[in-house]
Amino acid sequence: MDTVTELEIMRSVRLTCVRATRFKTGCLSMTFLAPHTKKTAALNAALPYVLRRGTNRCPDMESLAAALDDLYGARVEPAIRKKGEVAALGFCADFPDRAFLPGNIDVLAGVAGIMGELILTPATFGGRLRADYVESERENLIADINAEINDKRSYAALRLVEAMYRGQSYGVGKLGSLADASRVSVYTLTRHYKEIISASPLEIFYCGAEEPERVAAVAREALSALPRAADRAAPRTAVDTGVPAGKVRHMTETMDVTQGRLIMGFRLGEIMEKPNYPALMVFNAAFGGSVTGKLFMNVREKLALCYYISSSVDMHKGGMFVSAGIDPDRESEVEEEILRQLDAIARGELEPWELESAKRGVISSIRSALDDPMGLESLYLDRTILGARATMGELAALCEEVTAEELAAVARSARLSHTYFLTSGEEVSGR
Amino acid sequence: MKKREFPRLGEMVWQEELESGLKVAVVPKPGYGKSMAMLAVDYGGADRSFELDGRRYDIPAGVAHFLEHKLFEQEDGVNALTALSERGANANAFTSPDMTAYHFECSDMFFEDLELLLKFVASPYFTDESVERERAIIAQEIRMMEDDPDDAMYYALLRCLYGNSPIRENVAGTVEDLEKITAQTLYTCHRAFYTPSNMTLVVVGNQDPGRVADMAGEVFRDSLAPRARRIPPKAEEPFPVESRTVREMDIGAPMFLAGARTAGGLRGRESVRHELVASIALSGLLGSASGLYRELYDRGLINETFGYDFENTAGCAHLSFGGETHAPDEVCLRVFEAAADIAARGFDADFFERRRKTTLGGAIRALNSFESICYNVAAGTFAGYEYFDTPGIIDAITQEEARSFLSTYLTPDRCAVSVVNNKKL
Repeated sequence: MDTVTELEIMRSVRLTCVRATRFKTGCLSMTFLAPHTKKTAALNAALPYVLRRGTNRCPDMESLAAALDDLYGARVEPAIRKKGEVAALGFCADFPDRAFLPGNIDVLAGVAGIMGELILTPATFGGRLRADYVESERENLIADINAEINDKRSYAALRLVEAMYRGQSYGVGKLGSLADASRVSVYTLTRHYKEIISASPLEIFYCGAEEPERVAAVAREALSALPRAADRAAPRTAVDTGVPAGKVRHMTETMDVTQGRLIMGFRLGEIMEKPNYPALMVFNAAFGGSVTGKLFMNVREKLALCYYISSSVDMHKGGMFVSAGIDPDRESEVEEEILRQLDAIARGELEPWELESAKRGVISSIRSALDDPMGLESLYLDRTILGARATMGELAALCEEVTAEELAAVARSARLSHTYFLTSGEEVSGR
Repeated sequence: MKKREFPRLGEMVWQEELESGLKVAVVPKPGYGKSMAMLAVDYGGADRSFELDGRRYDIPAGVAHFLEHKLFEQEDGVNALTALSERGANANAFTSPDMTAYHFECSDMFFEDLELLLKFVASPYFTDESVERERAIIAQEIRMMEDDPDDAMYYALLRCLYGNSPIRENVAGTVEDLEKITAQTLYTCHRAFYTPSNMTLVVVGNQDPGRVADMAGEVFRDSLAPRARRIPPKAEEPFPVESRTVREMDIGAPMFLAGARTAGGLRGRESVRHELVASIALSGLLGSASGLYRELYDRGLINETFGYDFENTAGCAHLSFGGETHAPDEVCLRVFEAAADIAARGFDADFFERRRKTTLGGAIRALNSFESICYNVAAGTFAGYEYFDTPGIIDAITQEEARSFLSTYLTPDRCAVSVVNNKKL
């Protein structure tokens, strides 16, 4: 087993270090945790991209790229993730392990140094972030928001979440709205930047062959100038435990598509008051998260009603989503079948092999993630934001204990809230 | 089995060609809990014309992919995908223009899973009814791809670059092609191409190589199965048959993909070397470290969706580049000018060395992915090269090769461009 070390290396700067020698690359991420709100979403999304444009030492992308090339093509990418009402923004890097490079070059220190520069000494003009960079990344952000429509499946999911959580921060996409994105300016973004680096907790994750003490030293060195005003508690997500009032809301949008995309949004309800994460994971696999799940086995394999169908549970918010690519004429048929399958689990109609397969699938995916540095990064970030304590090994063991009755309880607690159907037709209806 | 070590990459591989002709490779991965196996067939979507038992077959597009879907079904009624998943294995398959591959990843019960993988690929079982049902599922898959602007743009470019190579058609075929596929078509293609000598088994993980080879030998005993002779498509000039194609879709911003054919049909080390030269040359011209990238990005002509690619498959090789832009022609023009400039003056020496470092770093990074190792080892076996020799080839690539790649292939007369515009504009 890998050794996992968790350290607070500076005030409100936590390092999670997974020491593993089997990988060819190291992985390092530095992630600020900030509130995701309508007001801040676009600023959060723009910030890492503006910082990634250049630093004092490497003032443009060309010189930054040259510095990374010297580290054998180390990649340092801006990242923005939305976890409930928490925005996780920063940088993720991966780089070849020095054992396989000529000349024993210290890639980790090089990468941490560049990340520290991106965070602490971005290219500025007159004490503010450079106007040309802010403007160009604002335009890119607007283009990204406009391009959400390109991938019809994820576009449908965005529209559903927007409607299901209308008026709440969680209803705002991780990139923010077009209106808010177009208001990003040198002034607002510089102010936001200063607030983030002084006030937001910083999560550092490393996975690779280096000793934790050395990683801590390298990170401390890279971040020595980080302003830390006071201890800040990590922002928390507001888990939704309510049940929807009134009727299920159905929405349909037409577009020039040949396949219909159906997405159904459920609220998991009271079960989320004291969430049992292993049970939620196994439930999702048994329902629609795997190819042995009820949705794949019945809606796709038995009835051939779709090419893809899957469910996902948002642990951070307490929602569950079912997404399917279907024949435009068969929406109600698919919808009914999906509800029938959920009902079956709620009534305890789950064969022993179905439960067992779901467990095997979840446990196996946890074990596989242990062999993937970026997968580990993501698991540990989720764990931090959820405030969960179990290690990955303990989590796998807990999944083994999950019972059919626990799955039935999840299914009984889930209530359909909204459906969204993107289907063929000439006109694009309003967003 | 024979062991080969590659100390520079910290890798080793056990290899053997079994009596049946099946090639087996096992790549140990100390410290990992997971293992992966991939059974790859040297047969893909572009293999559409062949001779079998003295008869010529010209099959519709989409057969290799249809076969991939259907093989999971077994005579006892058990779906192999379900059976593997029940034990916690993560199984899947893919079809490319020149390869069909079946794979799983698991953290225990590896040999039970391996036996099932070998058996279901070796034993086809289709009924008209099950073929019918699968047709409906694949039709949805095709529709999903048709709605994807990147896919639409990509295939439109290939139809500009190639006049008669089957690579210009979607691997899954069209909904109309599907109608022509019967259980008999699938049996014929299985008999034609799924013979041990046309397959490779690659295992990555901590598994006993001897036991892997024994198990593969048990399932694939018969080496006398018939073997099809491929009939290659008519050779064609390396210039585009059409220089520009435009279509409108419901998308957020207009985008383009430009491309040019390069040296297709290379074999062995020459083939990998051509790929690596392309990778170095294109990263030097179009990568984020290049002056051109910075200029286009700063001018707002490209954004982070801009990228380049190189494909070497089914006897065809082509480069491509593109992304979102309001001015595809201006971007292409600047690309040709910058390529001509490098062609005339060569790369800066330090810059070129950094490209080499990045390419080496990328080759090392790829070794983290079991799927990538499986795929590359199998592709190397089919094309006649040793995947783990890559670093040595990267060391040997000269600036002149990269310069010459750009001057030969990145010219306006060799390039075609595929544009997708926003319907609303």
